[in-house]
Amino acid sequence: MTSEGFIPSYETGTEWLRSAGASSDVVMSSRVRLARNLAGWRFGHKAGHGDRQKVLEICRDRIAAAGLSSVGAPASPAPTAPSTPPQVMWIDLRESPPIERQLLVERHLISKQHSKGKPLPDLKAGDVETTDPRGVAIALPDERLSIMVNEEDHLRIQAVRGGLALAEAWADADRADDLLESRLDFAYSPRFGYLTCCPTNVGTGVRMSLMLHLPGLKLTGEIEKVKRAAGDMNLAVRGFYGEGSEAAGDFYQISNQTTLGKGEQSILNDLAGEIIPKIVEYERLARRNLLAKRGAALEDQVYRALGLLTHARLLTAEESMQMLSHVRLGVVMGLVSDADLASVNALMLLTQPAHLQRVMGTELDQEQRRNARAQLIRRRLLKTG
Amino acid sequence: MKCDKCDNEATVHEMVVKGGVKTERHLCEHCARELGLNPGGATLGQLITKFVVAPQGQPLTPAGKPAAPARPTPPTSCRGCGTTFADFKQTGRLGCSECYATFETQLGPLLERAHEGATHHMGKSPKRWEERSARAESDAARRERIDDLRRRLEQAVIAEQYEAAVVLRDELRKIEAQGTV
Repeated sequence: MTSEGFIPSYETGTEWLRSAGASSDVVMSSRVRLARNLAGWRFGHKAGHGDRQKVLEICRDRIAAAGLSSVGAPASPAPTAPSTPPQVMWIDLRESPPIERQLLVERHLISKQHSKGKPLPDLKAGDVETTDPRGVAIALPDERLSIMVNEEDHLRIQAVRGGLALAEAWADADRADDLLESRLDFAYSPRFGYLTCCPTNVGTGVRMSLMLHLPGLKLTGEIEKVKRAAGDMNLAVRGFYGEGSEAAGDFYQISNQTTLGKGEQSILNDLAGEIIPKIVEYERLARRNLLAKRGAALEDQVYRALGLLTHARLLTAEESMQMLSHVRLGVVMGLVSDADLASVNALMLLTQPAHLQRVMGTELDQEQRRNARAQLIRRRLLKTG
Repeated sequence: MKCDKCDNEATVHEMVVKGGVKTERHLCEHCARELGLNPGGATLGQLITKFVVAPQGQPLTPAGKPAAPARPTPPTSCRGCGTTFADFKQTGRLGCSECYATFETQLGPLLERAHEGATHHMGKSPKRWEERSARAESDAARRERIDDLRRRLEQAVIAEQYEAAVVLRDELRKIEAQGTV
């Protein structure tokens, strides 16, 4: 496990943006998260600084010794990083500058809450970000596995795959859990299962979520039906950046909410075997209908978005996301031939504030970012850079 | 049967075996209270078992623990971390794994609502735990034996077979001393 440096290939590292995997015209990524706590230690918000530090050390050492780099070894190595051997990188978030932490949030490797740290009674206000003991372990090169330490629960194990590949993501999370469990005693009760800080996660502690691109259902207005149906099935519908975020660019995260009384396999079968394939089918049908009935309007929307993205001089993150969403739809429907899915997907990440500054190699204020964002998108989409 | 102390009907019957000598008392509820006996709700069988199993005439419940109130009030704060149920209601978060045992009664209905009516875990469990439950199975066998001994003891007392009751009592104590159930 390395502790130095940072995401070495921030532009290409994320497996889930490589437009690979089944149904990738609709499904961006499949994600499985497991919440675990150490037996005999208070949950994070009730623990003092000293205990949080001890939990951090225990988890960090066990993660390092668990041989996690073997989990989810890619069938084919990442194209741009063929020589990077699989390894697990440890990042102590107290030592990370704010922009690096923001980069991790944008890559879905840590939560916003984890980036900020937990205000505790024995910590002075303002010191939280640099003193609250917390970290994240990330499997490189493709970031398929990450483990947050001292978030709401002591451990949050997360596995991610591109496209509809929930079974593979579950297999990775399950394997990582097994490896850690052989070195750590997890809080568990036969009645309640894995014990979590928030009882909404108790039981399996599993959250399986799919990031879906649903512009067709958004345009036809049927997205509300999907949301209602998901609610009836006790599934949560969230935006691109999870809890509390808006559905930027017609991206929706659908995930299970029930964690007690329903086994992992059953949750997996319901989502990947029935519910998600149906939503994918509805989205494809909506796209076909739009093309058949409102083809010119659809094409107009896609090309207006492309025109705006390739000519605008100032772009906000929200506007870019929305326009990139339209272009993405055009690409997967074969309406646009001069942009590829991987580039469009990559731009969705690279136009986020921290990534943008990393690509440009300099710190930028909000106004400068708008300008840089427009510049980056023009360069990538027109392939002049 | 009349009360030993007054003319009222005797409803509390006490039998104590000490050194093989049996003494009996038959009292009305009022006199029983005055003499420090608490007849509240206990059946004749329970009273008998209490007195026979008790080491020195000191009443114990069949589980071998001091008598608990009929309706136990739920604990107000967790012994592990001091979290109260009011804290939980305010923050939505529990303080430690012990909170789940402490607030089990109150959490039950909340969990049912949050998890589509579920009350028990299904799915993966830690391998260490699976090994522990294999050991727990032998505990279950022991528990069954204890229940059986208690039943036979009660029957022996009712049948006034006090010598057999003493043998059963000793055996019961031996098994109970092997570990908490």
